[in-house]
Amino acid sequence: MDRERVKLRIAKDSGFKVFVIVLSFLSMVPLFLILFYIMRNGLSSLSWEFLTELPKPVGEAGGGIANAIVGSFLLVVIASLPAIPMGITAGVYLSEHKVGRLSYLLRLAVEVLQGTPSIVIGIIAYLWLVISMGGFSALSGGIALGIMMLPVITRATEETLKLIPDALKEASLALGVPYYRTILKVILPAAFSGIATGILISIARIAGETAPLLFTAFGNPFMNLNIIKPVNALPLLIYNYATSPYPEWHSIAWGASCVLVGVVLLFNLVTRIIARRWKVQF
Amino acid sequence: MLEEKLEEVKGKLLQSASLVERMIEKSIRGLTQRDEDILVEVIEKDEPRENELELEIEETCIHVIARYQPQARDLRTIMMVSKMNNDLERMGDEAVNISESALFLIKKPEVKPLIDIPKMAEETKRMLKDSLSSFIDEDPQLAMSVCERDDIVDRLRDQILGELVTFMASDPTTIERSNHLIRISRSLERIADLSTNISEDVIYMIEGKMIKHGGFENSKAAFET
Amino acid sequence: MESTVLKTKKLSAYFGDNRAVKDVTLSIPEKMVTTIMGPSGCGKTTLIRCFNRMHELIPDAKVEGKVFLREEDIYAINPMIVRRRVGMVFQRPNPFPTMTIYDNVIAGYKLNGLELSRTESDRIVEESLGKAALWDEVKDHLRRKGTFLSGGQQQRLCIARSLAMAPDLLLLDEPTSALDPKATARIEKLMTELKKNVTLILVTHNIAQAGRVSDLTAFLYLGELVEFGPTEQLHTAPRDKRTEEFLRGKFG
Repeated sequence: MDRERVKLRIAKDSGFKVFVIVLSFLSMVPLFLILFYIMRNGLSSLSWEFLTELPKPVGEAGGGIANAIVGSFLLVVIASLPAIPMGITAGVYLSEHKVGRLSYLLRLAVEVLQGTPSIVIGIIAYLWLVISMGGFSALSGGIALGIMMLPVITRATEETLKLIPDALKEASLALGVPYYRTILKVILPAAFSGIATGILISIARIAGETAPLLFTAFGNPFMNLNIIKPVNALPLLIYNYATSPYPEWHSIAWGASCVLVGVVLLFNLVTRIIARRWKVQF
Repeated sequence: MLEEKLEEVKGKLLQSASLVERMIEKSIRGLTQRDEDILVEVIEKDEPRENELELEIEETCIHVIARYQPQARDLRTIMMVSKMNNDLERMGDEAVNISESALFLIKKPEVKPLIDIPKMAEETKRMLKDSLSSFIDEDPQLAMSVCERDDIVDRLRDQILGELVTFMASDPTTIERSNHLIRISRSLERIADLSTNISEDVIYMIEGKMIKHGGFENSKAAFET
Repeated sequence: MESTVLKTKKLSAYFGDNRAVKDVTLSIPEKMVTTIMGPSGCGKTTLIRCFNRMHELIPDAKVEGKVFLREEDIYAINPMIVRRRVGMVFQRPNPFPTMTIYDNVIAGYKLNGLELSRTESDRIVEESLGKAALWDEVKDHLRRKGTFLSGGQQQRLCIARSLAMAPDLLLLDEPTSALDPKATARIEKLMTELKKNVTLILVTHNIAQAGRVSDLTAFLYLGELVEFGPTEQLHTAPRDKRTEEFLRGKFG
């Protein structure tokens, strides 16, 4: 064989490898830049008071983002309550019925929902809930976020269940166990790791969503635990403070960004740990 | 599964073997003690039973091969059991031959006192017993010794033949009786021969070495390596 | 006098319009190993799935004819009751991965909501694992998940799980095809022990295994029951030419 051609081939191989490594590295750069900037600008604002106090009016020093943290938490809870059971159920249905009218439509709906811009979902929630309730509320914000969680959970559930071999279901059915019990007590526990991952990822996603909250949760300078009243949230606070003319508020926004990014990172870490620890190998 | 089946068929083979041993013993005793009943028993009771056993064992051997595809030692065992089964059946036939000739002879006066035939019978019986022991005890040395003694029996047969030929030449009235005696000695010689077959089969079963047709000296050499 | 555990009368099974099992009539006697053998795709798995009403779980599946379990028409009683009386062991060992070994054995009770006292369940676990020749190997590890067990051990766990329900009949669908030779030999030995207490129906395409293990053999070809008789007879002198060709390796 041609020694020249072999040399060229080896060179192309190495070139390709280098190309892949460099590009992969480059795609991490934005992430590191973001983290770097946020840390640099926001770390200084962090303190215990920052996390536990309410925001102060302009001009006054100090203040914190406690209401935004609590508000975000509240919204996540409200979103999860319907989204998790509905998402799991839809995922189970889709994995059990690969063909059929209903599953075709359901699959279509999930895909469309996944692709719908978050602001549109916000508008829908505004029309459904804000107008009929006569005001902004944590409930409407939570529902909007829940709608966004739904396709992610459904997808994750369906994909996880696909990986579970039929043999497991058959083993249970062959023991005379009714179908619903088989799903609840055998299949879903085996799928726990994948489903939990899906749920945590969806939470991490909605934790930072701003657009839908603009016309549903709306924001609130005070602490509020009443779900039919407006509530503050981290992304809302960041938006409002960052676009304001006050430099003190800008640094608060940086601090809040730090907190938000930190929470999202934490979620992702926890997700990995859970996935590894509870994963069922087949 | 396979082990149990092999034990079962070996047990049946030994049953068949002791029946044949008894048949030979009875046929010689019937001759020397002039006991008609015992000879009839051999022909009418023992032989059919032996044939029955032969069929049973044969069938079992085929079934074992079909179901278990025995390998190596197990394969040699089942093949040799099948062959020994055949040999035992032929020994049974020879015992019947002896009994038939004996039935004729005991009704007539003796040509000469029976010394050599019982002696030959003793040696033959011992060879058969030893070959069966070598099978039960898995003793290739004992099996080998049986093969070595075949010559003794051959010589005894030649001796008896020589003697009887002289008798027949000098006194024609003894021809019929002498013939039967020659027949008996030939049957005994064949039984001895079949015993050496059994011994060769035992050696193959245990050692995996074929010593047939190679002559005694070759066999000994092959055996010792 | 042997009694019959399972009897079928002109049993046919369909996948939509495709008839996979054609008019099978046979009787399975008690406390023996009956093997259903045949080339791949001949319908043997479909056939035994009609015995525990698992076939009907497939969409578009249909069953015609009758199946009697100890004189009872199994298609006239609740399918879940049938499945508790007719156990099944599958090709790939499938212990429940989220349960401990202990819980796996009594899974049939737990998942069905059947109450067991502590002493009862302890007894059932020990007995079933003992019958499956697994007790000694796992008795100190009952509270661990079964994932550390080898393939052969997992399969014996699945057998124990089925035995715990005290079934009338145990169906084994190619139980050793995913196992190494040593594990296979152990399970074959186990089957010859088990048959003293439970009737076994084995499905296999491995002719040698059928020969070693079964008392009766049925040869199924293209959904039809071609021949059924004592194993020795089938292996030495089969009556049907198709059986002969299969055994001699001419197809399948």
